[in-house]
Amino acid sequence: MGAGAGQAVAGQQDAAQTVIAARGLDLTFETGDGPVHALKGVTLDIRKGDFVSFIGPSGCGKTTLLRCIAALEEPTGGSLTVNGMSPDAARRARAYGYVFQAAGLFPWRTIGRNVSLPLEIMGYGRAEIRERVARVLALVDLAGFEKKYPWQLSGGMQQRASIARALAFDADILLMDEPFGALDEIVRDHLNEQLLQLWARTDKTIGFVTHSIPEAVYLSTRIVVMSPRPGRITDVIDSPLPRERPLDIRDTPEFLEVAHRVREGLRAGHAYDD
Amino acid sequence: MRHRVLPVLAVVAALVVVWYGAAVWLNAAWAQDRAARAGVELGLVELVADTWAQDKPKLPAPHQVAEEIWRTTAGQKITSRRSLLHHSWVTLSATLLGFAFGTALGIGLAVGIVHSRVMDMSVMPWVIASQTIPILAIAPMIIVVLNAVGISGLLPKAMISMYLSFFPVVVGMVKGLRSPGLMQLDQMKTWNASPAQTFWRLRLPASVPYLFASMKVAIAASLVGAIVGELPTGAVAGLGARLLAGSYYGQTIQIWSALFMAAALAALLVALIGALQRVVLRRMGMG
Ligand SMILES: Nc1ncnc2c1ncn2[C@@H]1O[C@H](COP(=O)(O)OP(=O)(O)OP(=O)(O)O)[C@@H](O)[C@H]1O
Ligand SMILES: [Mg+2]
Repeated sequence: MGAGAGQAVAGQQDAAQTVIAARGLDLTFETGDGPVHALKGVTLDIRKGDFVSFIGPSGCGKTTLLRCIAALEEPTGGSLTVNGMSPDAARRARAYGYVFQAAGLFPWRTIGRNVSLPLEIMGYGRAEIRERVARVLALVDLAGFEKKYPWQLSGGMQQRASIARALAFDADILLMDEPFGALDEIVRDHLNEQLLQLWARTDKTIGFVTHSIPEAVYLSTRIVVMSPRPGRITDVIDSPLPRERPLDIRDTPEFLEVAHRVREGLRAGHAYDD
Repeated sequence: MRHRVLPVLAVVAALVVVWYGAAVWLNAAWAQDRAARAGVELGLVELVADTWAQDKPKLPAPHQVAEEIWRTTAGQKITSRRSLLHHSWVTLSATLLGFAFGTALGIGLAVGIVHSRVMDMSVMPWVIASQTIPILAIAPMIIVVLNAVGISGLLPKAMISMYLSFFPVVVGMVKGLRSPGLMQLDQMKTWNASPAQTFWRLRLPASVPYLFASMKVAIAASLVGAIVGELPTGAVAGLGARLLAGSYYGQTIQIWSALFMAAALAALLVALIGALQRVVLRRMGMG
């Protein structure tokens, strides 16, 4: 704990504060047919304001890593701090918003009341809740859908509502597990753009799991390439792209070069597999 | 609508035909007996007519039961001892009280079982064991014990109703309160929701469809409980009392009309819960 506090002080002096620090993180699931090494020796620093994407083949531990950060999973080895605290302390301090792979809206609540759910739980006042719900729903282009029930919305709209829900309270960290996985290309582009704008405006630190190389490259300041059995990091790529990113940046040589490197990293992981 | 009503009517018609046939078959012996004693020879038409019009038939014909029901409902003042509606009300009030107790007890136990491992391990086996004891064996004891401490009338019957109706509610509610998926529980965890918040905002609303499904079973069980509760003491009022009196005096028509009344009451109660379920689920946006 003392070391964590010291780190935080050093971080402030660097002006590039480490928000999430993993050192030799291990997680082994004991299952019926032997142990599964979901994470092995994962070491990673995520600084304040980073947009970090996790990419890798299915089963390489992306979700598991995100869940460890969120204190939904207990690592079996190594150390992990979030905001200089243990992940569980950070969870209790409501340090992050988490967007799950599926929208997971409550069917008995309207969209507006789904978004207000975490706010109610956190004890926000009535007027403040109303104001915030309206604001985040507008942010994800769902203004006017407050009174609708989840089943009245398309899958993509439901996913946007679940993102709005994670944005409704002031967490500095946003953890997203393949939030746009089920959406069509156009909607995905649009949401990617919006997510970047939001990130630029709010200076949140974002951890983002994806299977799409263009999406990872377009969004991230850092791309973490992972590979399975055991789940580990094989490459960390710092993006040379500017923070300001119009959609057509995807046709520039810099973009294609980063994408190429990510692809190489993924390939190397697969080769190890065989 | 037509394509739903027609098959139902066809089935009912078939049942009535079978019933009339059975009435002839079961009551013929008595008719022949009487005719023989009077020294008369019965033709087929007379025989059939006789089997459908006896005073104390083995199996009363449908129109006899219908007549009896009509006579004892529409034909009597509701407050009269002879009104079937009066007896129905006596049974219904015990049913409803027992159902309310049973539902409350069932929900309370389910909440405890879901939240406490100790209760899950210790209470659940008793809940299940309680239902393996035949109600007919335990009903007289409940009535007698409660009578001994000066409680009689409505309450002992309601207790037996409760005994039968809490079980489906416990089972249904435990399932319902446990129905939220791992992801929804994880979501609550990411917001650092307290157990109480998780209960009120996730578990309870998620359990509502399960609650209604089990309440439909429970209300029917409640009615059975109330009727059974009227048997051991030889109660003077209630559908159970009508059944008992009917069997003492061989009044099969009275027995059958009480049975039909009980069935109609059960159907009505289940339908009412079904209607309530539709209204509540629609208001919750899940209809
Ligand atoms: N609760 C669990 N119990 C046992 N094994 C698990 C559990 N959760 C994950 N695993 C295993 O850990 C490994 C990593 O899983 P994880 O879900 O993190 O992969 P992923 O990279 O998110 O995959 P995908 O891209 O398909 O979502 C897999 O082999 C998986 O089977
Ligand atoms: Mg995953």
